[in-house]
Amino acid sequence: MANEQAIQQELQEKFPYFGEKITISSERRIWAEVASSNFFEAFDYIVKKMNFSMLCLIIGLDSGDNLEFIYNLSRYDGTMLNLKTFVPKTNPVHKTVTADYFPGAELYERELVDCFGARIEGLPEGNRYPLPDTWPEGQYPLRKDWTPDMLDKQPEGK
Amino acid sequence: MDLNNVVKIPIGPQHPCLKEPACFTVSLNGERLAGLDLRLGYNHRGIEKAAESRTYIQNIYLIERVCGICSHSHPSCYIQCVEQIAGLEVPARGRYLRSLIGELERVHSHLLWLGVAAYEIGFETLLMYSWRDREVVMDILAMLTGNRVNYAANVIGGANRDITEDHKKDILKAVDVLEERTKYYIEVATEEATLIARLSNVGYISLDDVKLMGTAGPTARASGLDYDVRRDDPYAAYKDIPFKVITDTHCDVYGRALVRVGELMESYKMIRHIIQNIPDGPIAVKAPRKIPAGEAISRYEAPRGEDVHYVRSNGTDKPERVRVRAPTMVNLLSVPKMLEGDNLADVPITIAAIDPCFSCTDRAIRVSDLDGGNAKVMTWNETRRFGIDWYRKNGIDFTDLNKRLAGRMR
Repeated sequence: MANEQAIQQELQEKFPYFGEKITISSERRIWAEVASSNFFEAFDYIVKKMNFSMLCLIIGLDSGDNLEFIYNLSRYDGTMLNLKTFVPKTNPVHKTVTADYFPGAELYERELVDCFGARIEGLPEGNRYPLPDTWPEGQYPLRKDWTPDMLDKQPEGK
Repeated sequence: MDLNNVVKIPIGPQHPCLKEPACFTVSLNGERLAGLDLRLGYNHRGIEKAAESRTYIQNIYLIERVCGICSHSHPSCYIQCVEQIAGLEVPARGRYLRSLIGELERVHSHLLWLGVAAYEIGFETLLMYSWRDREVVMDILAMLTGNRVNYAANVIGGANRDITEDHKKDILKAVDVLEERTKYYIEVATEEATLIARLSNVGYISLDDVKLMGTAGPTARASGLDYDVRRDDPYAAYKDIPFKVITDTHCDVYGRALVRVGELMESYKMIRHIIQNIPDGPIAVKAPRKIPAGEAISRYEAPRGEDVHYVRSNGTDKPERVRVRAPTMVNLLSVPKMLEGDNLADVPITIAAIDPCFSCTDRAIRVSDLDGGNAKVMTWNETRRFGIDWYRKNGIDFTDLNKRLAGRMR
């Protein structure tokens, strides 16, 4: 686990705000939490300087008053750093990573928009994913307060 | 480029050259591609939302149905997350059994792909051959698990079924037959001039673009990316099984074919190693019904590339969130890059060459019945009713069977 500890230490030294919020859960799995205002500073360093050059996935979660995003970054040696950040549901805005880092992340970000109602700044216009074009506005199916019967109450064709 | 001459053709959502629904709108300048627009989501079934209202055990069978071909990969990946949260240590024999089914699944998936790819380029003899040979491994899978797909070979904490000495003999016999046949396919792939000419320089993607787009699996390895989850982030029994990661530097559809036939040969070696070295002992440990609060992420090298699953638990018997990523999700976004400047005739084979699976990609709400542009949303009960009535109209009625089953459960 020396490799993982070195990564943990490097991040803690470089960005003191990580502090205790960076943990190692098992071999090759590191978890870190960062405020959305500091997110891109840390993200840029991790991707460009620490060689976590593969974005496996962006996970969206509904954690009460906030939307939580987990960016699963990986090295080609299998080490995975899961960087978490939060945005308030009242203003769920986050910047895109497709422009400067991972153009392949487009579908992940479109899912955050469709299923969680996040607003991703800088994500180019394009086809929505994964919901149909006729999906009613303001319904975000992966939020915890959404239930399928909300869809049934919609007037036809909406 | 003269924009006045650009013609747009929609390929999909329903199209004879696609096996599943997706919409590729291609812009053509003559017969050259000038652009490609993707619309996905036609197979969205709401699996991630559904998983939140089912127990961990029910979810094994739900997640298994994310994809028919990778029906061992997805549940294994999900179960690894659950086991990690619950702190369960899978016994060695259970780990070996998981790898065994995993490799048999890879063999069946790659042989299936070989047939589809051959079909897309009009080489139908190869389709007939490879799909005939695929039956050998399908029979083995049916013998071991009772099913050709959706094997239900996993439980939380280990494997579902053990194998016997007779099974071992049958598997080794089948592997011998398949290896012989695969050697012949390698000969075809490396010596058959028409095949090489048709596949070379089609769907080119460089190593830099592969890394940029996050392309996964055999598609990435065919562009020289030396990365395989089985070696680099080992799970199941892969730490103990020697194998070579097959890569190629052709960067085109031909390279992807070579990587897949190469991987077949490696899988045969791995299956033999597993059969010869599988330790004795229990195949599973008992798992609790309620999983303590926590989160875990796990990866699995499915035949098509890297599966990534995430599970967050909240201390109950149902997960708080399940997230599934199938390899097609990243590979599809590489397709426009691959097709830049290619001919229209190269579209089907280039799409087929990533071995796409739209069902896995569109996992996560319900179906709208779009009839004549008049969208109607069907409720769950209406959808169910529609299905039952449709089958009845076509002479299939499950009423008696349902009654019998209900009687037995009582």
